[in-house]
Amino acid sequence: MANLVVFCILAVVILGSALLCVMTKRIMRAATFMLFVLFGVAGLYFLLDYTYLGAAQIAVYAGGVTMIYVFAIQLVSKRTLQGLVERVKCSRMLWGGLVSLVSLVTVVMVFLKNNFILWGGMMPDTEVPMKEIGHALVGSDKYQYVLPFEFISVFLLACIIGGLVVSRKKED
Amino acid sequence: MIYELSYLILLLPLLSFLVLGLAGMKMQHKTAGLIGTCSLSLVTLLSYWTAFAYFTADRVNGIYQTIVPYNFTWLPLGNLHFDMGILLDPISVMMLVVISTVSLMVHIYSFGYMHGEKGFQRYYAFLSLFTMSMLGLVLATNIFQMYMFWELVGVSSYLLIGFYYPLKPAIAASKKAFIVTRFADMFFLVGILTFGYFTDSFSFSFAGDIVMGQGTTPFIEGNIAKAVAAGGFIIPTALVLMFIGGAGKSAMFPLHIWLPDAMEGPTPVSALIHAATMVVAGVFQIARMFPLWIEYAPQAMSIVVWVGVITAFYAAAVACAQSDIKRVLAFSTISQIAFMMVALGVSLPGHHGAVLDNHAQLGYMAGMFHLFTHAMFKACLFLGAGCIIHAVHSNEMALMGGLRKYMPITHITFLISCLAIAGIPFFSGFSSKDEIITACMEYSPVVGWIMTGIAAMTAFYMFRLYYGIFWGTENKEAHAHHTPHEAPLTMTLPLIVLCVITVGVGVYTTIAGFAGWGGSFGSFVSAAGTDYTIHFNTQIAATSTVIAILSICLATYIYKGESQPIADRLYKTFPKLHRAAYKRFYQDEIWQYVTHRIIFRCVSTPIAWFDRHVVDGTFNFLAWGANEGGESLRSWQSGDVRKYAVWFLTGTVALTLILLCI
Amino acid sequence: MVPVECYFVLSALLFFIGVFGFVTRRNLIAMLISIELVLNAVDINFAAFNRLLFPGEFEGFFMTLFSIGVSAAESAVAIAIIINVYRNFKSDSVESITNMKG
Repeated sequence: MANLVVFCILAVVILGSALLCVMTKRIMRAATFMLFVLFGVAGLYFLLDYTYLGAAQIAVYAGGVTMIYVFAIQLVSKRTLQGLVERVKCSRMLWGGLVSLVSLVTVVMVFLKNNFILWGGMMPDTEVPMKEIGHALVGSDKYQYVLPFEFISVFLLACIIGGLVVSRKKED
Repeated sequence: MIYELSYLILLLPLLSFLVLGLAGMKMQHKTAGLIGTCSLSLVTLLSYWTAFAYFTADRVNGIYQTIVPYNFTWLPLGNLHFDMGILLDPISVMMLVVISTVSLMVHIYSFGYMHGEKGFQRYYAFLSLFTMSMLGLVLATNIFQMYMFWELVGVSSYLLIGFYYPLKPAIAASKKAFIVTRFADMFFLVGILTFGYFTDSFSFSFAGDIVMGQGTTPFIEGNIAKAVAAGGFIIPTALVLMFIGGAGKSAMFPLHIWLPDAMEGPTPVSALIHAATMVVAGVFQIARMFPLWIEYAPQAMSIVVWVGVITAFYAAAVACAQSDIKRVLAFSTISQIAFMMVALGVSLPGHHGAVLDNHAQLGYMAGMFHLFTHAMFKACLFLGAGCIIHAVHSNEMALMGGLRKYMPITHITFLISCLAIAGIPFFSGFSSKDEIITACMEYSPVVGWIMTGIAAMTAFYMFRLYYGIFWGTENKEAHAHHTPHEAPLTMTLPLIVLCVITVGVGVYTTIAGFAGWGGSFGSFVSAAGTDYTIHFNTQIAATSTVIAILSICLATYIYKGESQPIADRLYKTFPKLHRAAYKRFYQDEIWQYVTHRIIFRCVSTPIAWFDRHVVDGTFNFLAWGANEGGESLRSWQSGDVRKYAVWFLTGTVALTLILLCI
Repeated sequence: MVPVECYFVLSALLFFIGVFGFVTRRNLIAMLISIELVLNAVDINFAAFNRLLFPGEFEGFFMTLFSIGVSAAESAVAIAIIINVYRNFKSDSVESITNMKG
């Protein structure tokens, strides 16, 4: 019961922040609301007893990615910082809302029509042991993930280099 | 093997064509001309050597062998196969000599005539191409190869007629020549295919099978029997279709219309192509297919005869009224080729067993003989005309007259050739023409007398031409600022050589013919390949000589003087006749009417309308549809990534919903 | 005990809020933020599926983990591109890069 209450609180926070994030006209505020969404999602992970995931979410997303956004906003949208706003067309809002709503209904319909929901609800109430995760992350056996892990690390490196190359000022 | 170098006869002109055609523009005029002439001299030597070797080789059973030094299958098609090769038999060897001689003369002559012309190298390249094609035509081992070279000859003729391509008449003439001969060649092709379909062969080996049977080795078997079994009309039909092709190339009535216009080309070209070699391709073709004609289509031969007679008469009549000297020569060529056709046509069968009797031999031999002699003296006449045009800068007889003082060599050679074509004894034309008339007389006295009359007309119009050019009033006005002068040695030398041949052949064959000696033309070329001794029929020879002399006298009487009162009076009495003859009896107008009014208007215009509106319309509609579709779709490609997202989402949702509903 | 449906509905809602943002915003960074929301929705789904339906396994867990890493990389590159766009067009609006239009 306590879980449900927590879930409801988190859901309200996530959805509310997300809505504000996409509705607000100031970029800086959008970034801030995104931060709240990220925290909320981290809370969901904690709720699911995925402590490590929650920690990673906070560290990488809330700590790293948001910082990048903030810096980018400061670099790009100087006017926005001083309270200048972005104009949003009303008809576009309507269209976007309509499309999203229809899609949402469709997706929810698909979810609810499926049978796998019936299997659910047997979540053990224990935290996933960290040791197991560590082994799975760097083990090379079946159901162990060292290869994707390495791949991600190389990928990150590539992206860093790529980002540097793309954003570098061309010396004429 | 003595004939192993014979492939060079075809290869050398081809090489010189390629060299001159590809690299000619980088060369000096002189170099290009020398390359062409040298390669042709080699070809000429090879041809003479081949001819010498061939005619001195031993006969088997008194018959010259058909020799095939090279023959390979080029394109196998089931039962049929297209071959390429070289075939030597009396007529092809004879043609080799004729073509290479005249071509060499023309090459030398062109040094002088084309001196300083723009495109000199191109000219020599085309000459080489033509020579190669013509040699390939006569050496062909099968009808298909012959057809191929036949078309090549047509192309080179087209190129050479249109040599002065900046001039409108030259372009029109080259197109006319190409289209008319091409139209006739269509029939030739149909004939070939009909023949090949029914006999399973394109090869000329039937020549060995049927008439010249004994001793020759057939190299490919044509299944003539199968064609005969399929219906007696098939081979005659095929042959007549082929004859239509030959008639187009040889300018037989009514397909002759291209030849007079072809005179727009350089004069040496007229001498080579439109007098001596290409235009006799039709005659050669008939001679080549002669065994088949005589065996399977003797009745159809009368078509050849009458087409020939009509053409000969028509062309001679027109030649009497022309004022352009090259046109006179062109019509005289048409008329003389018709003589050859008639000669071949009157070789009626009546052969016994596999050996032709004397009569059939005579016509065939006479036709080939006339081909030979005509090539020489007509080339000489054309080259002489070239010298005159070179001196006077015009083709019109009105601007000439009295040239004998200025151009002695041209004058003498022209006179000798005129005497030859008129059929005066001791000149080569006499021997061959007399044989033709003898053969015609034996075929039917009517044809014989008609041909005698045409021979008289020939003498008349040739001497009208001769007097018009070299005698009569000198056109002082035209000569005032430009005195005519004798042509350079490069131009007179070929004239002299050709004249020497004409006189030499004439003197020998005349004496041999009256005395009945062997070793004359008939010893080398005859229908059966046997040694045929020419023996003149004294009566006919005397008659035709007298008639020829009479018409020369008539021409002298009318045209020699300073003024020509009789000609003027005749002209005044029959203005319409003169006008009709001058306009070539409106043949061109008739063709014009038929093609423009009837074919273009009633057939081509509706087809063109259909093509333009229905066919094009369909595709235009498709293009329009695609264009409009693109135009309406292009706004989707907005470059706005958000719109793409919306469309993507819409599509996904739609798909999902569809799957859900299913 | 939270029912599975709740997680699904939550993630679907978050997803389409992100989509809505992506479709409506003009600012490139705002669009990027919307994409982050979409990614988070997907992450929630992965984690919830893994935890609630297959508690003994770790596929969803690691997928989420890697997804977090990939999204970090992606936003770095995207931000670099946006900065470049800004430098070239002096604008951070999506309309400035519609030069692919037909």
